[in-house]
Amino acid sequence: MKPYELTIVQALQQMDSGELSSVELTKSCLARIDDVEPELCAFITVDKDGALSQAEKADKQRAVGRAGRLCGVPLSIKDLLSTRGVKTTCGSKILANYIPPYDATVVENIKQEGGVILGKVAMDEFAMGSTSETCAFGVPRNPWKKGYVAGGSSGGSAVSVASYECPGSLGSDTGGSIRQPASLCGVVGMKPTYGRVSRYGLTAFASSLDQVGPLCRTVEDCALMMNIISGYDKRDSTSVKQDVPDFSTHLNSGVKGLKVGVPAEYFTDGLDSEVEAIVRSGIDTLKKEGAEIVEVSLPHTQYAVAAYYLIAPAEASSNLARYDGALYGYRDMEADSLLDMYRQTRSIGFGAEVKRRILIGTYALSSGYYDAYYKKASQVRTLILDDFQKSFESCDVLISPITPTAAWKIGENSDDPLPLYMSDILTLSANLAGLPGMSVPGGFTREGLPVGIQLQGPHFQEEIILKAGSCLERCLDLPAKKLDI
Amino acid sequence: MKITKKEVEHVADLARLSLSDDELEKMTGQLDTILSYMDTLNTLDTSQVQPTTHVFSVSNAFREDIVQESLSQTDAVKNGPLQDGQFFQVPKVI
Repeated sequence: MKPYELTIVQALQQMDSGELSSVELTKSCLARIDDVEPELCAFITVDKDGALSQAEKADKQRAVGRAGRLCGVPLSIKDLLSTRGVKTTCGSKILANYIPPYDATVVENIKQEGGVILGKVAMDEFAMGSTSETCAFGVPRNPWKKGYVAGGSSGGSAVSVASYECPGSLGSDTGGSIRQPASLCGVVGMKPTYGRVSRYGLTAFASSLDQVGPLCRTVEDCALMMNIISGYDKRDSTSVKQDVPDFSTHLNSGVKGLKVGVPAEYFTDGLDSEVEAIVRSGIDTLKKEGAEIVEVSLPHTQYAVAAYYLIAPAEASSNLARYDGALYGYRDMEADSLLDMYRQTRSIGFGAEVKRRILIGTYALSSGYYDAYYKKASQVRTLILDDFQKSFESCDVLISPITPTAAWKIGENSDDPLPLYMSDILTLSANLAGLPGMSVPGGFTREGLPVGIQLQGPHFQEEIILKAGSCLERCLDLPAKKLDI
Repeated sequence: MKITKKEVEHVADLARLSLSDDELEKMTGQLDTILSYMDTLNTLDTSQVQPTTHVFSVSNAFREDIVQESLSQTDAVKNGPLQDGQFFQVPKVI
């Protein structure tokens, strides 16, 4: 096994026993990046020198017995998390040269535990998209099939992990942006409960929905990353003061007696039969392992797309007002008045999808339309939240598909945004309700594309999700499939 | 029509975006389709439903007013597209 193929936990074991150094592991990942990047485009910035010096430091710390919980492990970071001194573009031309003067809290957490940051990975511009195709610096590719999308918006995170460029990554999830690319690329991805992980230094898209989370190749790695990034942060006013359990403790305790809810509304028309079969086999697996399967109903699921695509753009239109060319990022130097500077900077700097969402959001918040659109959507959000709360009276965790289909070809849907928005229907609700959710690899389609299974739980019950996910991972008996790159 | 070209132009102006004629044409069509879809929400009676803007109740996070170290002026203006090391520079305002 080559070092770059190791999981986080395996790499830590080998480094602790002295078989492997962080410098060797980091070099192995950097060589893998050199090999596959021309084809996959996962990274926007590779910080070779920075990574190697962090790796040397990690080796020294381990040698003197001061190894942190991620000591020497190379990771990638979605390019909308602030990294001090390393370019952070958010996938947008408007921030092409932006170098943050500070670290996001989660980046700080990783550095404190000795993690090595390899670089910054591609994403839809400002995380607005479901395929990573709106990235201004190259579109990441699905490593399982040439010409297919990686999913999004954390497409670069998912590709870098799936293709063994690194064993783990941090992404963000506003409407499925961790879980969906994880599913389409065949890796594990977790969106924590809203407020569980600090958003300080996470570039805001829709502040009431955004959440940072890990993408890894195993549930065990995901639990370890959750241990490191979770917890209250006084610098994020929506961070929640809630005890953080050791997420690694109960992974193998099984699902006996666990009540697993199957929401009928997630298995309707439009769900691909192969995807459904894979999710059903996941349900059977949990049942065989002793879980009790219960039918539940989330009757307002069909309204999630409309509510989300009003609320998220509304918040985005306000958050993205800061990109005006005055303080950082791109400025159109030709403009000779302040107003023209704002207009031209934004018109040249933002891509089409970002403009579209700013326009929808501005419209939904504008005088005369606020009640009909924004307020209405916020009321429907309450109904969606109530649905979940009712369902969790009869079950501990929900199991469902993540996307109606496996990955599709790059370039499909590029002129018509609505069908793409509709494909998010199974992931958006968790964000509207602030719930934790995860994608666990469930199998492959006949075409060889991965399909994930979604687990969602009550607020702050990531442990239950991880336990059920770990059981699926152990018992599903997936065929060993190798990438051909 | 849910939204007219003139309304899109007005909204673009509020958002400080200028759209080319082509962009305006395309955006108007797309926004019209999207906003028509949003009408599905109107099939729900929400007259008795409180809106949710945040899942957990949010209150102001106060802290003690203590002087702490912050970014230096040089670091703070470093990313400015036009700056003199101390101040951001923008086109003449008045």
